[in-house]
Amino acid sequence: MPASAHLDLSDIQRRFREAVLGSNDTPLTSFVNSDGLIATRIAVYRNTIQGGLLEVLVAAFPVTQRVIGPEFFANLAGRFVSTAPPTAPQLLTYGGGFAQFIATQDVARRLPYLADVARLEWAKNESYFAADAAPLDPARLAALSPDVMAQTVLRWHPATRLITSRFPIHRIWEINQPAVVNTPEIDMTEGQTALVSRAQHHVAVRALAPADAALVAAIYAGKTLKEAVDIALEVDASFDVQAALQAYFVAGVFQNELTSHQSPSSPTARKIP
Amino acid sequence: MVRIPDAGVPVAAGVGLRTPHMAAFAATAPGALIAPWIEIHSENFLCDGGPRLAMLDAVAARYPVSCHGVGLSLGSADGLDLDHLARLKRLFARVKPCLVSEHLSWSVTDGVYLNDLLPMPYTAATLAVICRNIDTAQNAFGRRILVENPSGYLRFGESTMTEPEFLSHVVERTGCGLLLDINNVYVSAVNNGFDAAAYLKAIPYDAVGEIHLAGYTEVGAGETRVLIDTHGAKVSDPVWELYATFIRNNGSRPTLIEWDRDLPELPVLLREAAAAQTILDSVTREIVHAG
Repeated sequence: MPASAHLDLSDIQRRFREAVLGSNDTPLTSFVNSDGLIATRIAVYRNTIQGGLLEVLVAAFPVTQRVIGPEFFANLAGRFVSTAPPTAPQLLTYGGGFAQFIATQDVARRLPYLADVARLEWAKNESYFAADAAPLDPARLAALSPDVMAQTVLRWHPATRLITSRFPIHRIWEINQPAVVNTPEIDMTEGQTALVSRAQHHVAVRALAPADAALVAAIYAGKTLKEAVDIALEVDASFDVQAALQAYFVAGVFQNELTSHQSPSSPTARKIP
Repeated sequence: MVRIPDAGVPVAAGVGLRTPHMAAFAATAPGALIAPWIEIHSENFLCDGGPRLAMLDAVAARYPVSCHGVGLSLGSADGLDLDHLARLKRLFARVKPCLVSEHLSWSVTDGVYLNDLLPMPYTAATLAVICRNIDTAQNAFGRRILVENPSGYLRFGESTMTEPEFLSHVVERTGCGLLLDINNVYVSAVNNGFDAAAYLKAIPYDAVGEIHLAGYTEVGAGETRVLIDTHGAKVSDPVWELYATFIRNNGSRPTLIEWDRDLPELPVLLREAAAAQTILDSVTREIVHAG
């Protein structure tokens, strides 16, 4: 009987985790029989686990992978996996911390926009799996009197995300799509905001002009339509509110839930049926 | 008399449903089923909404669905994750599965999820842990579950029971059924040096409510030869032979073709299912003739 026969199951499981997430087999060798093939056999489990998680990250972050290349991506992902292994079995939620992890790595000094690329890709992933909700029916909004409409608060659809970056994040994302063969040079000095939304089960990413970005952010913050429009007009006096809202309705940015503030001074709100 | 744990699943050859094939299953016209039943990996559908769940709703409206879990970690010394049990319950309420299954393995320790089906020593202490966890799951789901034998690459020095002995105790103590993966039996037999045919005679075969068939990948040679349970190839000849023998000896069972890696076009997958169906049909004919 091996000396470690008294090890309990928690100890075995902890040692197994150390062996498959790291590269060191010794935590296991004392109590496993495998006819001297221990390293080969633990490697089977290690490869399944680390290879499987790499595939999950590749699927969620294809543009990040394209920007830095598959080899460097595998290296980065491997370090992320050993630092922050999954804590839930539904792997469609694994990778939420990847952008933040990238920001702490050396590569962030060389490619300061890379973490934002990953943030945008994770927003897409979240949007794809977010809860369902009916999109805003524009006819409901149009039926309101101008006064009521001004005091109405719209609500983001659960699949809507807004990613603000000091880099041209949407342009970077766009030129690194699989269909783009020759990546053009782009001006990296201008920041960009990207809007992610889902309509008819399709997730779309679009770049927002600064006034649009201000409007969508103000609505998220719970501002009334009038307040939000004023904020957008302050950014750009020529902002076309009608055209912008129309585009958001089509893209499913808001859900079909309207709240009205009775007067600007009153904090009480009521749902518009 | 064969006791089928869940009556809703057809005693026929189904296929594992993978995302590239989902649209075809979701769009099936009534009366033109592509396969008699399908199985999903439960964890792939534990999201709040969106296209994947919508497609699953369409599939579940047309096909008997088996929910096969890979993340409950029935062998965890820490016990089961109650949040995960609740997520699975919500999925089952939505899909209304004809079968629910999990594995004789563990994946979670100290809150970390390792995405593989990891082995345990077969001891009295492990038996107590897994039986308690299976009781918890069966009580939470309000139904019997099937538990699948794992593919193995290592043996534990401290095991005091063989896998069939261990499975017999699990079935006896918890009343769960078995999901017999014959590819796993063969892969483990080669890797860990036991006789697959003897294993199949030693398990509590009356409790088998479903059979899995899949392909493995062979790496190394001689001393370093290992069969890896990749689900990335056709079912191998030795596995077909073991399957046919098991069915002849014990009667037909709902059978499922699993294919995950290098997923082929649907017709290739369906041909594998048709081959399993031929074996099931031959046994049914023999029984009819004998009766």
